[in-house]
Amino acid sequence: MSAVLELDDVAVRFGGVQALDGVKISIAEGEFVGLIGPNGAGKTTLIRIVAGTVKPDRGRIMLAGRDVTGTSTASRVRRGLALTHQIVRPLRGMTVLENVVLAAGYRRTANPLRALVNVERRAEIERAAAILARVGLGGTEGKLAGSLPLGQMKRLEVARALAVDPHVVLFDEPLAGLNQIEAARQAETIGEVHAQGVTVVLVEHNLEAVMRVSRRLIVLNDGRVIADGAPEIVIADTLVREAYIGTGTAAHAEH
Amino acid sequence: MSAYDVSVLSVIGINVILAVSLNMISGFCGQISLGHAAFYGAGAYAAALVMIGSGSLPLALLSGAVAGTALGILVGFTSLRVRSDFLAVTTIGINFLFTGFVRKQAWLGGEMGISGIPGSGLGARGNMMMILVFAAMTIALSVYIGRSWMGFAFSAVSEDEDAAATLGINAGAYKLAAFGIGTALAGLAGGLYTFFTQFITADAFDFIFSVMLMAMVVIGGIGSTWGVAIAAIGLTLLPEAIRFVNDYRLLVFGGIMVLVIRVAPGGLAALARRLARGDAK
Repeated sequence: MSAVLELDDVAVRFGGVQALDGVKISIAEGEFVGLIGPNGAGKTTLIRIVAGTVKPDRGRIMLAGRDVTGTSTASRVRRGLALTHQIVRPLRGMTVLENVVLAAGYRRTANPLRALVNVERRAEIERAAAILARVGLGGTEGKLAGSLPLGQMKRLEVARALAVDPHVVLFDEPLAGLNQIEAARQAETIGEVHAQGVTVVLVEHNLEAVMRVSRRLIVLNDGRVIADGAPEIVIADTLVREAYIGTGTAAHAEH
Repeated sequence: MSAYDVSVLSVIGINVILAVSLNMISGFCGQISLGHAAFYGAGAYAAALVMIGSGSLPLALLSGAVAGTALGILVGFTSLRVRSDFLAVTTIGINFLFTGFVRKQAWLGGEMGISGIPGSGLGARGNMMMILVFAAMTIALSVYIGRSWMGFAFSAVSEDEDAAATLGINAGAYKLAAFGIGTALAGLAGGLYTFFTQFITADAFDFIFSVMLMAMVVIGGIGSTWGVAIAAIGLTLLPEAIRFVNDYRLLVFGGIMVLVIRVAPGGLAALARRLARGDAK
């Protein structure tokens, strides 16, 4: 299987802090990878590096075999990377349907000139409605995105991510802030996304959920990958236990 | 139709082009520009010089649009680097720079401006028709953009650039496009103004005029082509109809703007929608 997402020796420094140091990760097509680590381990920086909002000091980021290190978030999205935000970012002034239609039209909006000569949006509307039904948001199409409760906004993020035909979806804390029922529902949706052949990278504090759904676990600590492998083996690793217990974030494993 | 009517209709047409084009930048794409008069002026001066040099009407109008858009894209690049409130301040600065620069340039006529610009050869009435045709085309273009994927992407960029990026939309490219199109039309309006007056000075393109154009956009309803066009017509006619308004133009326009923001933030367009739904207070 070929790698959809590769980080090759990525390092970045903020002032005196080495946020990431020689991170090497290769994720193959169809994998379901959980990415965990205590607070301050570098997870957020890693997400930003993959998203393209932070440029690495060293190393390369490859997306579906192409070097995307210097490119913008938007161009990475058009090449098959989808992102959901930890803090939801719906376009609040638009309806739920419009949010997903706009995502589904990513080819038409690839540049302003193409967007200018394209008016027709029937195909995108149909596709968006189908995706909304799939993530359990059927019936909310006409509502303003900003009026949805948090649980539904998080699902809207998933719907938008799916609409850009991704090779790989990077979920940033998709369960944070949800109650148990919503979280279970969201985890199920993410499982379905993976079942449809999309590669999933799940960054999540909820260790129990990550353990349950991931086939592979990568642990970051102090900006380095300290473990990478099958979840049950990784979690038994002494280094991983030390990293979690040592910084007192083991509590996150409880809920 | 009297010469006065022809003149008022010409000014209305020019103001409609200016307000609707500013609405593309500030309404559609959310980039607050308080220097629209500078692009208008750049177009007027370019058209005047080219007309004096070549005598060709199409070439003069084209140069007006090109001059407007060249300056517009330059300013558009600053919109990629600064937050929206700083962009507002930057565009005010551009406007003052423009008028300050023009006043000191002998080749642009300095304080005296440029006079004796050759006419379009269409006569006052022909000029008016030309202006009104361009105004109608501007409205049509604006309505079309609003319905296209470009308008759709503009509204995403206007609301949240980072969220737009995760939908594959390159916010920077769209901001430049908005500035490029909006300022080309402002430059074209400048060219039309040149043929309307055949005499231009920097005073016609000052910051106060930019504020008046923004008032038309706000009062009409930010983002609404029809609302803005109607506000441009109304606010051009108001000082003509009521003498008092002409003397206290800024006071009246400012007052209406504050009132609209306070009572009906969506402007005339939102008010009309509310009336249509029948739930107006």
